[in-house]
Amino acid sequence: MATVDLPRPAAMAIADPDRLKHKFSRNIKERIIEMILFLAALVSVATTLGIVFILFYESLAFFRHVPLVDFFTDTMWTPLFSEPRYGIAPLLMGTLVTSAVALCVAIPVGTVIAIYLSEFAPFSVREAAKPFLELLGGVPTIVYGYFALVFVTPLLQKVFPGLPGFNMLSAGLVMGVMIIPYISSVAEDAMRAVPMSLREGSYAMGATRFQTATRVVTPAAISGIAAAYILGISRAVGETMIVAVAAGMQPNFTINPAEPASTITAYIVQVALGDLPHGSVGYQSIFAAGLMLFLLTLVFNILGHWMRRKYREAY
Amino acid sequence: MSAVLKTALPVRESPAPESLALKAEAKGLDFYYGAFKALKNLHMPVYEKKVTALIGPSGCGKSTFLRSFNRMHDLYPGNRYQGEIRMYPDNVNILAPDVDPIEVRMRISMVFQKPNPFPKTIYENVAYGMRVRNINRKSTVDEKVEKALREAALWMEVKDRLHDLAFNLSGGQQQRLCIARALATDPEMLLFDEPTSALDPIATASIEELVDELRQRVTILIVTHNMQQAARISDYTAYMYLGEIIEFGETDQIFIKPRNKQTEDYITGRFG
Ligand SMILES: Nc1ncnc2c1ncn2[C@@H]1O[C@H](COP(=O)(O)OP(=O)(O)O)[C@@H](O)[C@H]1O
Ligand SMILES: [Mg+2]
Repeated sequence: MATVDLPRPAAMAIADPDRLKHKFSRNIKERIIEMILFLAALVSVATTLGIVFILFYESLAFFRHVPLVDFFTDTMWTPLFSEPRYGIAPLLMGTLVTSAVALCVAIPVGTVIAIYLSEFAPFSVREAAKPFLELLGGVPTIVYGYFALVFVTPLLQKVFPGLPGFNMLSAGLVMGVMIIPYISSVAEDAMRAVPMSLREGSYAMGATRFQTATRVVTPAAISGIAAAYILGISRAVGETMIVAVAAGMQPNFTINPAEPASTITAYIVQVALGDLPHGSVGYQSIFAAGLMLFLLTLVFNILGHWMRRKYREAY
Repeated sequence: MSAVLKTALPVRESPAPESLALKAEAKGLDFYYGAFKALKNLHMPVYEKKVTALIGPSGCGKSTFLRSFNRMHDLYPGNRYQGEIRMYPDNVNILAPDVDPIEVRMRISMVFQKPNPFPKTIYENVAYGMRVRNINRKSTVDEKVEKALREAALWMEVKDRLHDLAFNLSGGQQQRLCIARALATDPEMLLFDEPTSALDPIATASIEELVDELRQRVTILIVTHNMQQAARISDYTAYMYLGEIIEFGETDQIFIKPRNKQTEDYITGRFG
């Protein structure tokens, strides 16, 4: 591009001018690999978009029959009755109550485990505990469901004699146990990401290990810990098999965890098992319920990811 | 390694004037990181209300020595002390196994290389040492926080935003906040590990000025990689090399007439 004629070194003059150009064969290989990778990524994105599309599409059909106002204000969910009513409130309540019971277990226990593993446990204990926690998270949820139904519920009935065989308490408690490892591992990662210099600063002021863990490390990791809680919440809201098996499938508008109730997820399973004819309003109702669930977990996941990003930026 | 370095010089028995009191003294101190011997038979006095500087090339053990004074090494497994650091007037070996490191740290505070404020407000950062001692009476804490911030020359800059997060301060302000935090509990001794190495020249000057003022009320032991800094702010200087104290003496003497050839080479820049 130089317009001024400078004396060139001899080597440059005799060099092959094409030597630095793109090589066709290498190019084509790169392109093919890129295409394959792109297609793989596309499959997952397309699946997600497809699911969202179907949810909206079928829900739209549902809301043509059921007014939005009824959906949100009616307190009865009776799609099988001759005069069906479609108020999402009982299902939503079932989801919220079981989730709340689960989180009452999972948040405190998960946090304590995270603090212990990150700040107190010697290396060997930490390494030994991790596989156990992972195992807890890897047990199929149907196993947890039956565990709740045939073991935890009878146990609870010894303490609370009037407790029905299906109840939200038992399902929630077991679901809490299932969620513990999700919370503890994310919270522990957040705490371990706190720089050692902060801990040393605290110890140097004469703080104990406990004071350092609770007053310096935990606040420093707070957004990561909050992210762990939110991931736990969205796990609880979306959990299906435990509640379907152990909480009963009767929509019940109550906040009393000792009663049986259905949840959004349990209702979807119930319908999907095949009581309602394809294309009926009742059948379409599972998409509306699914859409609710999707939006609920989406909100929590976005919140969780946002907080995780925030805590990564903090240090 | 030359023969000169192998023979650790005996510490000068300084016939201290009457006003010169010992605050602490290393006596035959060895330190091990696992199997690695990082400090070898250190002997060194630390005089009360004086500034003692530790200088020497990187990796010679300055931080390791400094961190022995507040038992920081106890935080990590595999570390081992041998020998003594005596603290006065108690005349107790603070490295003894029956001495609680927390008690030691309550009396000997530390300021680190990189400012490390806690994720709390400016006020709560300074109050931290009181909080962990369960001193919570508001009037007491208020008073001590203000006093410490004044002593750290930070009060005027932060008095209107005590309840802002400490992270919002500049690097130099954060380091002065860490000094205030260390001062708020009235320690007898302050340890500084290269407190200005992460700061710009102006912030460095203000920290040096601060150290100069603090010597009137607290004993200071400071590690520095900067020889001019040691010469400017310290009363006594120890030159360390490969885990040993090669020479210890009054700062003027060390910088003007070092007795040891090794020290002289380091100070004149022919080495290190
Ligand atoms: N945690 C540790 N484990 C093992 N060796 C260490 C550790 N910290 C420092 N050392 C070694 O101890 C020696 C002294 O280190 P240090 O006290 O940090 O030197 P300085 O502060 O003078 O630069 C160095 O050789 C260093 O590599
Ligand atoms: Mg160092």
